[in-house]
Amino acid sequence: MTAMQDSSTGAAKVVFYNDPRVRSLFFQFLLLAAIFALFYFAYDNTVANLRKRNIAQGFGFWNVEAGFDISQTLISYSAASSYGRAFWVGLLNTLLVSAVSIVFATILGVLIGILRLSKNWLVATLATVYVEIFRNVPLLLVLYFWYRGVIGLLPEPKESIHLPGQILLNTRGLLTPRPIFGEAFIYPLAALLASIIAGFVIFWWARRVQFQTGKRPKAGLLTTAIILIVPSLVFILAGSPLSFDVPVQGRFNSSGGMTLLPEFVSMVVGLTTYTAAFIAENVRAGILAISKGQTEASQALGLSHGQTIRLVIMPQALRVIVPLLNSEYLSLIKNSSLGVSIGYPDLVNVFTGTVLNQTGQAVEMVSVTMVVYLSISLITSLFMNWFNRRVALVER
Amino acid sequence: MKKIIGAVVAMATVFGLASVANAGTLDNVKAKGQLVCGANPGTAGFGVPDEKGNWTGLDVDYCRAIAAAIFNDPTKVKFVPLSSKDRFTALASGEVDVLIRNSTWTMSRETTLGIIWAGINFFDGQGFMVNKKLGVKSAKELNGASICVQQGTTTELNLADYFRANKMDYKVVTFGTSEEALKAYDSGRCDSYTTDRSGLAADRLSMAKPDDHIILPEIISKEPLGPAVRQGDDQWLNLVKWVHYALLIAEEDGITSKNVDEKAKSDDPELKRVLGGEGKFGESLGLSNAWVVQIIKAVGNYEEMFERNVGPNTPLQLARAGNALWTKGGLQYAPPIR
Repeated sequence: MTAMQDSSTGAAKVVFYNDPRVRSLFFQFLLLAAIFALFYFAYDNTVANLRKRNIAQGFGFWNVEAGFDISQTLISYSAASSYGRAFWVGLLNTLLVSAVSIVFATILGVLIGILRLSKNWLVATLATVYVEIFRNVPLLLVLYFWYRGVIGLLPEPKESIHLPGQILLNTRGLLTPRPIFGEAFIYPLAALLASIIAGFVIFWWARRVQFQTGKRPKAGLLTTAIILIVPSLVFILAGSPLSFDVPVQGRFNSSGGMTLLPEFVSMVVGLTTYTAAFIAENVRAGILAISKGQTEASQALGLSHGQTIRLVIMPQALRVIVPLLNSEYLSLIKNSSLGVSIGYPDLVNVFTGTVLNQTGQAVEMVSVTMVVYLSISLITSLFMNWFNRRVALVER
Repeated sequence: MKKIIGAVVAMATVFGLASVANAGTLDNVKAKGQLVCGANPGTAGFGVPDEKGNWTGLDVDYCRAIAAAIFNDPTKVKFVPLSSKDRFTALASGEVDVLIRNSTWTMSRETTLGIIWAGINFFDGQGFMVNKKLGVKSAKELNGASICVQQGTTTELNLADYFRANKMDYKVVTFGTSEEALKAYDSGRCDSYTTDRSGLAADRLSMAKPDDHIILPEIISKEPLGPAVRQGDDQWLNLVKWVHYALLIAEEDGITSKNVDEKAKSDDPELKRVLGGEGKFGESLGLSNAWVVQIIKAVGNYEEMFERNVGPNTPLQLARAGNALWTKGGLQYAPPIR
């Protein structure tokens, strides 16, 4: 910068269109204008095309009565609700199935990834076979397999399988008693919360004792005992304020209780088993990236096998694993849109399917759906990046 | 595949030039040398391809009738199978020239989708299919049942209306295609499967054991099915509409594929008008004056098409009922050619 100023004072003044700053600003402005023009053209052209073809436009449909029913609704919804309400029902179903599947896929994936590195030949081979099967079969087939091939073979309602705890299992799903909480249930709940806080205090105390004396008191057993016993006592003292609404078999389906729909279970199992295969490979890659010397060094220091993995290998492996996990999670969320093929009422099924067809406004529906998936993915990415920064090694 | 078509259609709507005119469909069809017809991907009796790729069905024969009227050749049709979800977008954006695919004529579809119906080639109504072993005799007994349904149809709405109106409870399971819904019903996921009764008759045949299933007597809705075209091209609308009427008039006048040549020689003034011996009715549609002769020779009259595809002697065994001519107590009625 200083050199340039020096030369410019001596030489003739640079013409403004030869000034690199002006030039770059000009071209960036030109690019921006071109992008805006393209978007405006697309928008204007769409509106003109739709108007010319007498196709309805805009979001006037949002508050119109939907008139159709949805099998799984997390918020209250009936055929008399609006299209907008149907959108939220679909969105929540997408979020539910994605969140639950992400949790299970991570657990299963980490487990299988570690098993694949096991020294036991049988265990390692089984894990390899699992990964190779689920990684190389299209997800749609995996979903069909679970929905039609496994869950579809369950008995009909009249021949339900009776599980302990008055739970029924049949083609209509897993029917469980629904808990009804009495007013006094707040006391055992508060006791549980207090016990958990007490547990954290005990762990903090145990850490301090370890730092001071080098010996760690056995805090785990004490904490478990407190968390189990104290709330149970309070529950009995409060007069057992909990009853159950048990499912009763009717002519076709059971009424009462809670139902876990087979479509939901198939989606969760399908997405979990499929994504876990990919996550397992990421975990394996992360662990293999840590040099063997680390393991040997920690063993030389007297750490147990579990401690080696937990304290030495995993913190370093996570550096590699977390960014990869991010893209697996994003794939899983987007893959949940296959729900329509097995009748799961996710966003694409309800909104981009039924609502689109009832209103015929494809451009609006597809745009909204794209924005929604983009938002969910970006939020997931933001969270994972934050998490990645937390687990990343601090380099000095 | 469906999604790809949907995406292409959406892209075409967003970036396609506005100059793709609505008018002049007939000229376009003549220039292309074939009619592009939106068809049912697989409903026996209405539109279904066999193993060799030959399409059969009442709706499919309507496409052939239009092609015969234009080209004097019923084979000059390209069938584009469309899911119920994609069909109207495909028609409105110009992917197909005419949509003849068990599509119900409703008010909102004409006021918001940019399309218009040319007539009713099949009067239908929605019904329910159940497994015999449930012992259900009436749809009124379905309180609490699980019901499988295909999405993107009037069926979903009628179902909700029917149970709401009768203050009954039900559990819906919605699938993307009718095959998926039917498979789920067959595997016991649902107690009942619902769609138009003509569709039920066809779907029942495709099940592993058709005799295990019965169609309940209740008809819960009006489902006027017919060919639809884009708005803004009255010449094309007229053509499709009058091909439909010509098929009905031919039945009314006793003109069949076997006796059409004979009838064309008749001195009867009505027959002369219909079969092109008098007046310029064909030319006023942009066709030749022998247009009805061409249609009837190719596919027969409405009765012949009905009997061949869905009538009592076919696996579907549907009675004419509401689809009989008005002279025989039915609803099929055509304005006169004069």
